[in-house]
Amino acid sequence: MRRREFFKTSLGAGVAAGAALSLGGYDKLWASSPVSTKYDMVAVMGGNPDAMFDLGIQELGGMGMFVQKGQKVLVKPNIGWDVIPELGANTNPALVKRIIEHCFKAGAKEVYVFDHTCDNWTNTYKNSGIEKAAKSAGAKVVPGNSESYYQAIEIPGGVKLKTAKVHEILLETDVFINVPVLKDHNSTRMTACLKNNMGIVWDRGFWHSNNLHQCIADYALYEKKPALNVVDCYNVMVKHGPQGVSKEDVVQMKSQILTTDWVAGDTAAAKMLGVDPQKIDYIPIAYKMGLGNMNLESLNIKRIKM
Amino acid sequence: MTSSFLRKFRIVFSAVVLICFVLVFIDFRSLIPVKYINYLLYLQFVPSAIKYFNLKTVAAAGFLVVLLLTLLSGRTYCSFLCPLGIGQDLNSRIGGKIRKKFRRFGFKKPHTIIRYSLLAITLGVTIVWGIYLLTLLDPYSIFGRFVTFFIKPVILLLNNFLAHIFGKFDIYSISHIDIKGFSLITYSIPVVFLLLTAILSLIKGRLYCNMICPVGTLLGLLSKISLFRIKFAESKCTRCGRCSLACKSSCIDFLNLNIDISRCVDCFNCISSCPEKALSYGLVSSKSTEQRTDESKRRFIAGSLLMLFGISQSARAQEKSVPVPKRESTVKESKTSPVCPPGAGSIEDFTKHCTACSICITACPNDVLKPSVKQYGITGLLQPVMDYHKSFCTYNCTVCTEVCPTSALKPLLLEAKKLTQIGKVNFIKDNCIVKTEKTACGACSEACPTKAVYMIPYEGNLVIPETNQEICIGCGHCEYACPTTPYKAIYVDGNPIHQAAKKPENKESEITTPVEFPF
Repeated sequence: MRRREFFKTSLGAGVAAGAALSLGGYDKLWASSPVSTKYDMVAVMGGNPDAMFDLGIQELGGMGMFVQKGQKVLVKPNIGWDVIPELGANTNPALVKRIIEHCFKAGAKEVYVFDHTCDNWTNTYKNSGIEKAAKSAGAKVVPGNSESYYQAIEIPGGVKLKTAKVHEILLETDVFINVPVLKDHNSTRMTACLKNNMGIVWDRGFWHSNNLHQCIADYALYEKKPALNVVDCYNVMVKHGPQGVSKEDVVQMKSQILTTDWVAGDTAAAKMLGVDPQKIDYIPIAYKMGLGNMNLESLNIKRIKM
Repeated sequence: MTSSFLRKFRIVFSAVVLICFVLVFIDFRSLIPVKYINYLLYLQFVPSAIKYFNLKTVAAAGFLVVLLLTLLSGRTYCSFLCPLGIGQDLNSRIGGKIRKKFRRFGFKKPHTIIRYSLLAITLGVTIVWGIYLLTLLDPYSIFGRFVTFFIKPVILLLNNFLAHIFGKFDIYSISHIDIKGFSLITYSIPVVFLLLTAILSLIKGRLYCNMICPVGTLLGLLSKISLFRIKFAESKCTRCGRCSLACKSSCIDFLNLNIDISRCVDCFNCISSCPEKALSYGLVSSKSTEQRTDESKRRFIAGSLLMLFGISQSARAQEKSVPVPKRESTVKESKTSPVCPPGAGSIEDFTKHCTACSICITACPNDVLKPSVKQYGITGLLQPVMDYHKSFCTYNCTVCTEVCPTSALKPLLLEAKKLTQIGKVNFIKDNCIVKTEKTACGACSEACPTKAVYMIPYEGNLVIPETNQEICIGCGHCEYACPTTPYKAIYVDGNPIHQAAKKPENKESEITTPVEFPF
């Protein structure tokens, strides 16, 4: 019942968002969304993933800025591939663990972790080290292997992607924290914040066959946006992404980007990877759709070196 | 021994064995270590015999143990170790609950012609032609298919129901598993055998085992010279006939105090049923063996055994080519050969040794193995084949090669498996999204674990797939991920003989650890 009600409200909100779009354009919609923090972005360099997060979240005013007492939180890492943490194909488990701990400290009632994996899901959850790390921090690890976990949502205003099936846990939680890992990507050039959404939906094939870049940007229109994005740039796969072949693909950058603006997060991440953000089509598309700011000069960024 | 302990022991032991077999075949969460699965399957007669003759190793001689066991104790295998036999016993009990008449057996004449003909034909076909009849009639494989085709889906339904309920209470320790099923036609054979064994066992006890099963008939022949067997104590017997009524094999001719030992499966029901303790299980007395010795039959047994040992040699002499689908000429994927699982060596070798027990199909964590329809030709029906439209072979896994009891799939170390090329990638540019839609995709390259599929510059900002067959291992992840329909833009064509893939080379990146933020 609860789920259905939530679904209805989501739909309502979606319609409202759609109305807002048709009346006032994209900018207004965007302006009304995230939490207002001291900085638009905090970038940390030189520490371990967990220590960098401690510092970064502190600069943003603590997890309490994003998570209220009694709320349910979804922490969505990238758990795409059946490889060990050192190869950088998945979000660093130590970072996932620390984020969950901060959520609970801020009073979260429950924290959930899941991803729609590319490889066999049980092996991927296990070998990525994330299942163990998340459970040890007290989070619930939710499977995403079956279509039965996904519910249809609408994306009013989507150019190519007008509907999608998203994991029920996204609909059932109050706060969404996006925790991608920065990687090279063979076709989109890079994967970080926006592309991490491909692990929230069921039918990725549709995105691939209907203008991938546009679909990635379109999904960002969906009203359930992340309160916070934490881009893991600790072990960065700089080639052969997103899966990688061996450790030669990985460069230890020991960095982390925390931001409420996922387009800005992707822009900064692209620069970490040494790629012109304009060349990663979905970033300028999302920017033009008013989904975030790729003009980093206009943002208030705190840079910390440990 | 005349105590009812024997029967109780048999029931408990066989129940444990049956439960183990069912668990092994429904283990959808891969909780049972392969090692234990191997222990359980070691003594299965047909798979072990095939493995022995294929590999010539004593370590695979479980069937010899069974033969010795039979010489010693009679057809205990049929009551204690054969999952199909135990399953039928269970069904027969159910039959007795439905109608008491179904559990009153009484002495019947053996179906001599049918059973020996079936044994001879099975042996003959196996030796001269191939494994095909054994695939159909091996009791272990029949049982394996029952569980995989019929019981596992029911368990999965139950699991999914529980997962649904638990999910409502925010508990995710049980996850939903999609039930994918197989081609409809592949159900035909398991359905026929299910009906056959279920009906026969429901109303006629062990009739299937004593009329059709070639393993039962073979062990029956051998048990005629077994040391331990059921015996009558003539002085105690009152000819009440209770033993005969209780005999699932209908092999006790109580009026003549005669037991057809070739059909007796050592269930010990007769011992428990005798109020006078006139029946016992023990060492055969020399007198009775002398009486029953039949030289011609002995020669038959010896001959059969010799034939069995000769199987592998004769089988090797029979080089049969495997039929392959015709080559298509359109942008339809033109597969010239099916992809058979890693560890198979070659399609020919594989189809010659696989009894389609489906343990690999059920053990595969990715559900990529499916019973074949006509990929290996009609004779290879039900033997597992990789189905890359449904799933793909996961890179870090060797489970199918480890569970195979017949050595149709030989164990591969993970490092070896990662370099075993079971097929080669083929790219159809005219089907590719990047060319047809002029938009980015790259799903295939993303999925490729060795980067045998990689992206090269195309028009504008776009990149398009390119393939390197040398490092492709044929896992099919690209084909599975390719979103085009109805035909894929990238597919794996099977290697009739598996090859060694080159190890992917990789160089350090020129990008170095940053010291300043680049933004």
